[in-house]
Amino acid sequence: MAAATESLLAVDGLVKRFGGLLATDNVSLGIREGEIHAIIGPNGAGKTTLIAQLAGEILPNAGTIRFAGTDVTGLTVDARARLGIARSYQITQIFKGFTALDNVAMAVQAQDGHNFRAWAPARADENLRKPAAAILERVGLGARADVRAVNLAHGEQRQLEIAMALATRPRLLLLDEPMAGMGKDESERMTALLAKLKGEETILLIEHDMDVVFALADRISVLVYGRVIATGKPDEIRANVDVRAAYLGDGDA
Amino acid sequence: MTGLKLDRRTWFVIVLLAALALLPLVAIATDNDYQIAQFRRILIFAIAAVSLDLILGYGGMVSLGHAAFFGVGAYIVAILNWHAAREVPLFGMMLGTHNVLVTWTAAVVLSGALAGLIGLVSLRTTGIYFIMITLAFAQMVYFFFVSLRAYGGDDGLRFPGDTVILGLIDTENDVAFYYLVFGILCAVLYATRRLVNSRFGMVVQGCRENERRMKALGFATFRYKLACFALAGALAGLAGALFAANESYISPSIMHWTRSGDLIVMVVLGGMGTLIGPVVGALAFLFLEKTLPDYTEHWMVVFGPILLLLVLFARRGIFGWFLPKEDRHGGSH
Amino acid sequence: MSLLLFLEQTLNGLQLGVTLFLMAAGLTLVFGIMNMVNLAHGSLYMVGAFFAASFTQWTGSFFLALPLAILATFVVGVLVEAIALRTLYARDHLDQVLATFGLILFFNELTKIIWGPISIFMDVPPLLSGRVELIAGAPYPIYRLAVLAVGLAVALGLWWLIARTRLGMLIRAGASNREMVGALGVDISRLYMLVFGLGAALAALAGAMAGPIYVVEVGMGDAMLIKTFVVIVIGGIGSIRGAFVAAVIVGLVDTFGRIVPAQLGLPTAIAEMAIYILMAFVLFFKPTGLFAARA
Repeated sequence: MAAATESLLAVDGLVKRFGGLLATDNVSLGIREGEIHAIIGPNGAGKTTLIAQLAGEILPNAGTIRFAGTDVTGLTVDARARLGIARSYQITQIFKGFTALDNVAMAVQAQDGHNFRAWAPARADENLRKPAAAILERVGLGARADVRAVNLAHGEQRQLEIAMALATRPRLLLLDEPMAGMGKDESERMTALLAKLKGEETILLIEHDMDVVFALADRISVLVYGRVIATGKPDEIRANVDVRAAYLGDGDA
Repeated sequence: MTGLKLDRRTWFVIVLLAALALLPLVAIATDNDYQIAQFRRILIFAIAAVSLDLILGYGGMVSLGHAAFFGVGAYIVAILNWHAAREVPLFGMMLGTHNVLVTWTAAVVLSGALAGLIGLVSLRTTGIYFIMITLAFAQMVYFFFVSLRAYGGDDGLRFPGDTVILGLIDTENDVAFYYLVFGILCAVLYATRRLVNSRFGMVVQGCRENERRMKALGFATFRYKLACFALAGALAGLAGALFAANESYISPSIMHWTRSGDLIVMVVLGGMGTLIGPVVGALAFLFLEKTLPDYTEHWMVVFGPILLLLVLFARRGIFGWFLPKEDRHGGSH
Repeated sequence: MSLLLFLEQTLNGLQLGVTLFLMAAGLTLVFGIMNMVNLAHGSLYMVGAFFAASFTQWTGSFFLALPLAILATFVVGVLVEAIALRTLYARDHLDQVLATFGLILFFNELTKIIWGPISIFMDVPPLLSGRVELIAGAPYPIYRLAVLAVGLAVALGLWWLIARTRLGMLIRAGASNREMVGALGVDISRLYMLVFGLGAALAALAGAMAGPIYVVEVGMGDAMLIKTFVVIVIGGIGSIRGAFVAAVIVGLVDTFGRIVPAQLGLPTAIAEMAIYILMAFVLFFKPTGLFAARA
């Protein structure tokens, strides 16, 4: 590795067993500040299990996770989030009964604090509303601010989830298949959004759409049966023999 | 809601509160003054129902033990008054008191503290477990008071209360006491309205909507839910204190688990997550409980299926029918 | 406490335990498989007891009445499931609490209308009356021993059903992973109906057998219901094994809880608190009970 500085996220020797199944097999991984790092692999490779361990929803059996120099291996989900790890889920997790703006304002508040203020109306609080509106604008949902999340289209809900993650001003974004279940137009819009974030945010991206991955990612790690079999730039991954054999199939990737 | 352009919700609240304010005057005019104590009781249960709405409607915490906090509040007031009347020291040291500033404050603080303790264990669980454990704790409290023979056990406790509340209001004066309770209800409604729309209120509602997302955003959800649970317990304790003052007699039956069920019925019947809805629900519930028996002694056989139908077809509750569809979840504006 | 009293109370505790198990076995499956809160399970216990009382009167034989009461309650259970509860599976827990709370009120009142408000005292069947000196110097009622034996036999039968049959396999799968059963191509609504009916039948058996020991009266199911909840929660929702272990523990704790405080000069109502304290204690350390079926 050329980088002399420590990675923003450093995973070392991570192991997770479910009964007899080794879902994460001695995974070591480094995510550098500012890069989009994609993780690809066939179904059942353990991608979602890995991201859940990074976010803190599942605790590993062995190994360490360091984030910005801090060992976060044993920290809860919310503690990691407060350190700056934000995520989106494969199945959208938003506040369906809230408006789009309320959803994002909630995320802004997560970062702004003062959560025990129990008198002043939160919906009149410019410290929450203004940044929230700006972020909705940034992800292209500016016109949909007052629509209840449950009434948004599927693609819009996914955009909203990214907006919420951004609103916490994270240092690292974990995106679990942001294009899942999207139509062609919707995924194009999402791709454009991710392209816009490239360079501004550090992103760990799990995605099935290979065109998107190879277009956006600075580096790619390939996960097969819980193990990282290769990490490198898109060109290197394309050329890697193991990867071709194990995952991309032998010809046309 | 600016200027004079009031929306339906505001109209509903104004009309309802105005009606409640005029109730004793109408009762006197129609020679029904003996019913004013009955009306007070409705308002008191309304306060209890509003407190339950905080956790049920806004926090999404289905507690089947809320009557315990109501009962504890009532018992604190009763016991302090009883000791004052008998001049028997409490715990061998403190004297009781009739002073409502002391008794009501003690009721609020102690029932809130109890709710905090119970919440500390209960909120570690979710779903069916949470429902069951709140029920179990309420049973524990219920049997605790049944076991207190010195305070009447099963038979309950009769006690003389304060006759002049805060040096101003004569409890013998039905109307004055009614307005005191009404004023407290209005204050509770106003304060809880502020609360649910505040930052804290938004966090609590966020936990109802999607707790997993709340955690992923960085909220340590437990502490906010616990605070909400304890606060709701304290308000229920306040209602209990008023209840004790109103009746001058209490028994453990007020915290029987079916009473917790009744409170849930009031909240849902009136409109969950709206704060004002539970007031309507308490009105409707206690009205039905009073009038249905006039038609048949077996009114429960009608009331039970009504609950089922309510759940199946009228989930938004009475107040919910007055709201535009978009306003289903409470807390907006 | 003398040794004889201790042994006698242990038997009483075990007998309460198996009765609780009969209640809990069906209900824990309803909780676990359908993710459904059913407060009306105690009503089935009560209905079973009343059926047993009436059928005993009509037929003159408790042993004829018992299967009839179980069958009748099974029918009631299946009807309740089909009419009221089926629509509630997809609803949230609050709706289920509210609706089944309404069912309790309904059943209590309906029972009062049909059977009247007066308690019914059932006689112990002559064949099982009397006492037997199981332990020298401590004659114990034969009927209670019979209840204990039936309870254990049913527990064994249930274990066989759950562990060894296809239906049991589906029930186990359903309790730990609801989606999977659907994926197996099983008619879910039939399975639910069967499970619910089974639960009703077991509750009826418990109620009918309790008839001659206690008293058959309106509301008898309510107290039993809450103890059953305690059993289910301690055992872990959806776990038959957990229900059995917890039922025995709760039966013993509840029984001895009535003896020990009295001997220490404490008010007996403290006894009523014992099982709830136990439950809080268990849940504090294991928030999903001793044998959680769902991972």
